[in-house]
Amino acid sequence: MDEGTAIRIRGLCTQFGAQRVHDDLDLDVRRGEILGVVGGSGTGKSVLLRQMLGLMRPAAGQIEVLGYDLAHMGRNAWKSLRARQGVLFQDGALFSSLTVAQNVQAPMRERQPLSPDLLRDLAALKIALAGLPPHACDKYPSELSGGMRKRAGLARALALDPDILFLDEPTAGLDPIGAADFDRLIRGLQQSLGLTVVMVTHDLDSLAAICDRIAALVDKRATVGTLEQLRAADDPWLKTYFSGPRGRAALAGDAMSKPLMDGRV
Amino acid sequence: MTSAAITGADAGVMEPARPGKLEWRREDTTLTVSAGGGWTFDHLPHLDRRQAEILNLATDMRGGTVLIGLGGITAMDTSGAWLLHRLQSRLTALGVRVEMPIGDERHRALLAEVQRVAFDVPTEPALPGGLIRLVNELGKGAIDAVVEGARLLSFFGWTVLTLIRSLVSPGRLRLTSLTHHLEQTCLHALPIVGLIAFLIGVVMAYQGADQLRRFGAEIFTVDLVGVSVLREIGILLTAIVVAGRSGSAFTAEIGAMAVNQEIDAIKTLGLDVVEVLVLPRMLALMIALPLLAFFADILGLFGGGLMAWVVLDITPGQFLNQLDDAIEPATFWVGIIKAPVFAFLIALVGCYQGLLVSGSADSVGRNTTASVVISIFLVIVFDALFSILFSALGV
Repeated sequence: MDEGTAIRIRGLCTQFGAQRVHDDLDLDVRRGEILGVVGGSGTGKSVLLRQMLGLMRPAAGQIEVLGYDLAHMGRNAWKSLRARQGVLFQDGALFSSLTVAQNVQAPMRERQPLSPDLLRDLAALKIALAGLPPHACDKYPSELSGGMRKRAGLARALALDPDILFLDEPTAGLDPIGAADFDRLIRGLQQSLGLTVVMVTHDLDSLAAICDRIAALVDKRATVGTLEQLRAADDPWLKTYFSGPRGRAALAGDAMSKPLMDGRV
Repeated sequence: MTSAAITGADAGVMEPARPGKLEWRREDTTLTVSAGGGWTFDHLPHLDRRQAEILNLATDMRGGTVLIGLGGITAMDTSGAWLLHRLQSRLTALGVRVEMPIGDERHRALLAEVQRVAFDVPTEPALPGGLIRLVNELGKGAIDAVVEGARLLSFFGWTVLTLIRSLVSPGRLRLTSLTHHLEQTCLHALPIVGLIAFLIGVVMAYQGADQLRRFGAEIFTVDLVGVSVLREIGILLTAIVVAGRSGSAFTAEIGAMAVNQEIDAIKTLGLDVVEVLVLPRMLALMIALPLLAFFADILGLFGGGLMAWVVLDITPGQFLNQLDDAIEPATFWVGIIKAPVFAFLIALVGCYQGLLVSGSADSVGRNTTASVVISIFLVIVFDALFSILFSALGV
């Protein structure tokens, strides 16, 4: 695996009973890119994400993340890989019995002992990086709105400065303004922290605004390309996906918002 | 002391992969600091300590200059960038001029990001100490208990009204749901209830025989087992097992539905929550508990009889004869009449606690615990009330 590839998937097969979800799927995620994963319902987007995270074993095939072969790993290898990846689950998956600050500190404490002051400062830093106001630190997840929970989840995902960030539907359930803000936040963080981002999303606006490349799960395999390439592709599903009324609107909006995206967040 | 130079050489830390380093050299009013190695989360505690030393050194340097060289830094993450940013701002706060030229483009971006979000660290909310907190908690607990009691009472009223309504028009009863819960609470509880009752019967016969033998009154072991199992032990144990088994299940089921917004869905569909969720469970349990108690009575007597035979050589025939003398139908009915009441209490508390669940998975656990504790408590309180009632009635 060369330096420029963060995740390499070869010949991935996934089977649920008689139903085959992925068949001989290949996918490369380059270092420092934002890759969007799209696909219709039941095409195995979330399954793919869980497999890349090692939460689920594929029926066949090889997955390498940052040079680690997920099929053959010991405890220590998992430990060091876990410190280099951050995950934002769909609704944040925050620990409901801990405050936001304690949620962010949880992976830090696990990694090494730190003084309470240092822990507190670091948690406040990550929470600020995720775009939350300072008073959110001592709130419990149930006291936060959906958008704030996502940001808190992002702060926890960033706790150990990961190399790869996995996002599961980061903008689902957010209002358009909140979603656009979140997109900008991800883009800004990706640039300043040099992250590799893999995001499963259905949000055509985010796809157009922040994804460098898109992997579309069609016919049990991944078709990868830039937005323009996928739009030009022949596949009927892709055509419907990108050229439907919503797709067109998102792409038109993208053309207008492009200049805004050049500035720093 | 004009030319004296104070230097601090960094011994570094024995860690794999280039540890973070912070070294300095002071000449008069100029402090030259060089940062190197990995400025990452893993080396944070060490760098933090070194930084404190520098700040200590710089306290008397008002008007002086600190040069921070970042050339040696091989890796930096947000924690490292924040540490540098903090050093810079703390030195500035001491009235020192800070120069920190940044060569690396990535480091610049990181530092800019950390500077941009320049955040305040909110102070942790302080907990009131000792006695005040105790009084606080006590008062809160007392008020909560009263409020809870009132709410449970109002839920009781709601349930009874709905119960009467559906008894008037039985078509509203949900038979499928009722049957399902009957299977869950009755059929599946048979093995555990039976086993516990059998063992208790065995234990009572054994202990009773031991004591009564001293008076040569072994035969009264049968009376002991018969009366206590039928009047108290059979029903009480069954109720406690069912409270732990089915009461908690009710709370968890309904609680999970509340977390999943299914309760809201039921309400918006124009259905009655009590009618759909509470009544089937309650009626099922009110049918199940008398049956289970009867089963427990039989197995308790069986266990006692078996033990009497083994230890005291009382044959099954003698046992039955003696039992016939010892008990009358009322002994049995006094026990079994309590079952529907206990079932009502267990189902009421279980369902009520389930409906109280809000928001998080955490709350499901809390309410399930509360459900079991409260229903067992109420079962025992009502058992005591029944005892008083029966003794007043002379049964």
